Amino acid sequence: MSLRSVQSLLVATFGLLLITFSNVSLAQDSAHAVAAEGKEAAHAEKEGKFNVTETILEHIKDSHSWHLWGHTSIHLPVILYSDKGLESFSSSKLMNEHHEQVVYNGHYPYKVVDGKIRVVNADGSVNKEASARVWDFSITKNVTALLVSVTLLMLIFLSVAAAYKKRGVNSAPKGMQSFMEPVILFVRDEVAKPNIGHHYIKYMPFLLSLFFLILINNFLGLIPFFPGGANLSGNIAFTMTLAVCVFIVVNIKGNKSYWKHIFWMPGMHWSMKLFLAPIELIGVFIKPISLMVRLFANLTAGHILVLSLVCLIFIFKTVYASAIAVPFAVFISLIELLVAFLQAYIFAMLSAMYIGMAIEEHHHHGDHDPHYNESED
Amino acid sequence: MLLEINPLVLPDVGLAFWSLIAFLVLLFVLGKFAWKPIMKAISEREQGIEDALAKADKVKAEMVALKSENEAMMNKAREERAKMLKEAKETAEKMVSEAKDKAKSEYDRIVAEAQQAITQQKNAALTDVKNQVGSLVVEVAEKVLRRELADKTGQEKYIKELAEGVKLN
Repeated sequence: MSLRSVQSLLVATFGLLLITFSNVSLAQDSAHAVAAEGKEAAHAEKEGKFNVTETILEHIKDSHSWHLWGHTSIHLPVILYSDKGLESFSSSKLMNEHHEQVVYNGHYPYKVVDGKIRVVNADGSVNKEASARVWDFSITKNVTALLVSVTLLMLIFLSVAAAYKKRGVNSAPKGMQSFMEPVILFVRDEVAKPNIGHHYIKYMPFLLSLFFLILINNFLGLIPFFPGGANLSGNIAFTMTLAVCVFIVVNIKGNKSYWKHIFWMPGMHWSMKLFLAPIELIGVFIKPISLMVRLFANLTAGHILVLSLVCLIFIFKTVYASAIAVPFAVFISLIELLVAFLQAYIFAMLSAMYIGMAIEEHHHHGDHDPHYNESED
Repeated sequence: MLLEINPLVLPDVGLAFWSLIAFLVLLFVLGKFAWKPIMKAISEREQGIEDALAKADKVKAEMVALKSENEAMMNKAREERAKMLKEAKETAEKMVSEAKDKAKSEYDRIVAEAQQAITQQKNAALTDVKNQVGSLVVEVAEKVLRRELADKTGQEKYIKELAEGVKLN
């Protein structure tokens, strides 16, 4: 008991220290900016030196470099595809020694505007027409986090698989194997089996990959420093990709009765059938969209909440605000741990449910009960 | 447009592209080298445990059956033993009584035979004695009468008469 209180005290002190120092460095940063450019300084003064929205969005959005500490960051490679072909250069070229965005002359003159690489005109304004033709396939912060998480997943599960091979099936699991087995069994028994039915084994690799990819990225996103801290599973492009994968699997595997239930609902009057068909058709697309938005919104909201609490200290401009902000941030972070697991579970479970609905065999066409009134959060 | 207003809800093509590739690679590699063997191993172990439990139950039931069978056999054996003992006793008793009966009849027969033999021998002996006595008497009388009587034929006739009188006794 006393150990725990000492632990929490340590955490609080550490948080306090961290925030004090980052406060200082932030002050240095702004001082630096003031010294560097008069125009910027005037702008900052007018805004009140600290823009909460910008700070939070900067942490949540993707970036072409990975900020480590102070003025140290990893410059990630930029890969662009335009009508002039593929080109690749380091993102350090888009930044000068004062960490300001500068124009880099590749196939086009590029500059980072609002976190995205844009083609600029000679006078520095964004050339929207040319920018629309440039496709950004850069290894951004989120892509790096994705690669890290995929590598971690492979390392973990290939070693677990090797443990099964080495130890045989008749001995109890050990180490990482015993840690992962209950989670795998959870996905099998709580996610796949009840929602898909007896064909569940075919969809296990898909569901397990989905679940663990989301789970590990949710957890890595909660770690505030490298290699975590990228808000990958709170990025709509990532959730969209996964949702599209689910959409494709569901609609490819959908059987005759699934399509019949969409376009010509059995057991209904013909007028109801006509009425239900467009609704069901929209539902086909709404389902993956709800998956996409749910994961994105939950994770992003959690990050915004934690960042907002920490920003309270900078809003009040006093270190004493951390007395309230830090415990709350810790509390929200703990809830985020739960949310991280929950959202991975919900994503996998709803995917399993959609697959289950698509491959379900209907033997009774007489009395039809609509069994897809799912709960949305 | 809404997507232009909030940069958070505008999906990046690049990230979507890399996500797709990463997910497909993950799905392929883990699906082939991790999920399949792991799921197989887990279900094999579960099957093994189930089999072992079923086997244990079966063995248990067999044991119970065996035990009751053994008991039945024991009971049967006990019954048989009792029956055998009873039968043996009866047989022994029967044998003893038969032997007794046989012995008694033999004894009776032997006694009867002996009595018969005794009677016969007694009669034979009596006859012999009578004959000897008769002949002795005749001899003695001859000797006596030789001297006293001259008429031999008259005498013999008279003796014969006497002797027949003796035989009739």
